[in-house]
Amino acid sequence: MAETVIDIQQLTKSYGTHKAVDHLSLQIRRGEIFGLLGPNGAGKSTTILMLLGLSEPDGGSINVLGLDPTRRPIEVKRRVGYLPDDVGFYEDWTGLENLKLTARLNGISDKEAEDRSLYLLKEVGLQDAAHKKAGNYSRGMRQRLGLADVLIKRPEIIILDEPTLGIDPKGIDELLGLIHGLSRDQGLTVLLSSHQLHQVQQICDRVGLFVSGRLLAEGNLETLSRVLLTDTPLLITAEVNRADDELLADLQSVEGVSSVRIASGDQDSMRPVEDRTRLEIGVNADCSPEIARTVVASGAALYGLQRKEYGLDEIYRRYFAGGEELGSKRSKRAAK
Amino acid sequence: MEASVLKEQLNKAWDTVRSPFKDGIGRLRGTVPSDRERFSRANTNPAAFRVLVRKEISDHVRSWRFLLLLAIIFLTCVASLYTALNSLQDAIKSTDGYSDFVILKLFTTSDGTLPSFIGFIGFLGPLLGIGLGFDAVNSERNKGTLSRIMAQPIHRDDLLNAKFIASLTIIGFMFLSLGLLVLALGFLIVGLPPSFEELLRILSFLVVTIVYIGFWLNLSILFSVKFRQPATSALSGIAVWLFFSFFYDMILNLISSGLAPNSDTASVDDMVHHVSFMLGLSRISPYTLFNEATSTLLMPTVRTLGPLTTEQAYGAIDSPLPFGQSLLLIWPQVTGLIALTLVCFAISYVMFLRQEIRGRS
Repeated sequence: MAETVIDIQQLTKSYGTHKAVDHLSLQIRRGEIFGLLGPNGAGKSTTILMLLGLSEPDGGSINVLGLDPTRRPIEVKRRVGYLPDDVGFYEDWTGLENLKLTARLNGISDKEAEDRSLYLLKEVGLQDAAHKKAGNYSRGMRQRLGLADVLIKRPEIIILDEPTLGIDPKGIDELLGLIHGLSRDQGLTVLLSSHQLHQVQQICDRVGLFVSGRLLAEGNLETLSRVLLTDTPLLITAEVNRADDELLADLQSVEGVSSVRIASGDQDSMRPVEDRTRLEIGVNADCSPEIARTVVASGAALYGLQRKEYGLDEIYRRYFAGGEELGSKRSKRAAK
Repeated sequence: MEASVLKEQLNKAWDTVRSPFKDGIGRLRGTVPSDRERFSRANTNPAAFRVLVRKEISDHVRSWRFLLLLAIIFLTCVASLYTALNSLQDAIKSTDGYSDFVILKLFTTSDGTLPSFIGFIGFLGPLLGIGLGFDAVNSERNKGTLSRIMAQPIHRDDLLNAKFIASLTIIGFMFLSLGLLVLALGFLIVGLPPSFEELLRILSFLVVTIVYIGFWLNLSILFSVKFRQPATSALSGIAVWLFFSFFYDMILNLISSGLAPNSDTASVDDMVHHVSFMLGLSRISPYTLFNEATSTLLMPTVRTLGPLTTEQAYGAIDSPLPFGQSLLLIWPQVTGLIALTLVCFAISYVMFLRQEIRGRS
């Protein structure tokens, strides 16, 4: 296993009474792409600022590349590239000039700065816009210029705060593809924060779900859903022609089945056809074949067997859509 | 055979001569690492400060704002020179004891239609300082460039220092060239060369002017750290400037008339005490400090800045002060200006270091 390059232990930061980051512990290993996912205001940016020494933690410890960013921010910032949320450039300067300034600030000589800027502009696909003023760049171009700006110091870790914000879906795919490619080619460690779960998880090796200052779960998507959705077992719906106690008992005894009940008939839209009964079977693991076999063996007719899976969408609905509650209420009111 | 021995000996001798030298060079090379090396080792970044200053200067010089301010200052200088030349004839003829210092009069006299050079500078200099500094930090914050710059390996104070030094350099060059321009034009038109003392007085006047504008620059940088909106910080700067240029004296007059001891019953000591108290109050204002400093420098006849009784003046030789004595007289004023500048600097440092730098917020 690769070495740990970012090690956060029990990190805490509050603004007044509001706890922005609450006892966060997180390890990121060299070469991986880690996605810090969470709704707006979850404390992602605050965590990132503390990683760079731009904000002081109230408690806990941070270790970036073996250094404490609060005490030795210059060394950390030399080796870590940071793309702020909604990055800005000097608008009267060309993209190339903006990059060269960053290079010069990192102690790169004039000549090398020019070469490296041009190379990186080509890498991010802005070679045609190199001599245009940065003020005329589109949002997507600005983000790509930002990426070049981050890479110019040859960092070991790059931290991207909401890199996909405000870009159209095609642009997001392009940008993420670029980040993924660069990370794989140069062995970069990438930490990126986002609230766009769907797009971002595609390129991440691991993601951490971050909600109101706390890390709820980390790992790949599978672990995430396993950890986050333990209280919601898989639900299998079987449609049979008769549901007597014997069948229910049989089903109950199938391994992995935790509960069996006859679906209540109050769902108008899915009213079962006459003389068909829907059974809702809660299971711990997918055991649809056994259920089918049991039903058939009991002599009942099986019309349908459906497995309801909780995945990304369920996670998204539960943890990310919270912020939109107000909006949905408003739209309902408008509908009335 | 002999030749080869000789050669060997020669080589040996050469080596002994050269080796410490070579070592010395090697040691020198070893101990003086390049910027990049130093940079990668230590928790400092010496090159970044220079880069930032260069960036700031080039930004200022290219900006419309700077051109406008330059035009205003330049026009007022030409105007004040014109009025000074108009009234110079009378000034030379007058017997106020310092008709020797003709060139200095270019800076101080006026025919009454327009203020003199020092009047203009004292009035418009602060505007220049405020104009160059009021959006130093908050515009970068609003453009989202501040967090990008601060993510580079530089110290926060480097940024403030660079902004101050860059603007002060520009102001310094501007006033030095303007002052020398007026001097040269006056020289050409009047036909009298400045004496060495006059030159020294003019140069120190320009230095005091730069210090004075440096104070206003620093104050506006302080406001730019404090306020998120450039408009707010510009208005605060202008408010302070107007307060000290116009209202402070009026307020002091009010206070003075209220506090003044009854002239019939008061003793001399009471009067002197009152006057020096009011003088002390008025010297809180940087405008007063600047006016006292510059008028002493440019008018050698000014012998004291405080109250003077006839008793004290009795027996004094009626002659202008030598340069050294004038300088000594204004030393507290200059120190006060520098101290005010440093206080502003300290406050903006502390404020900036404690601020959290997020995206555009």
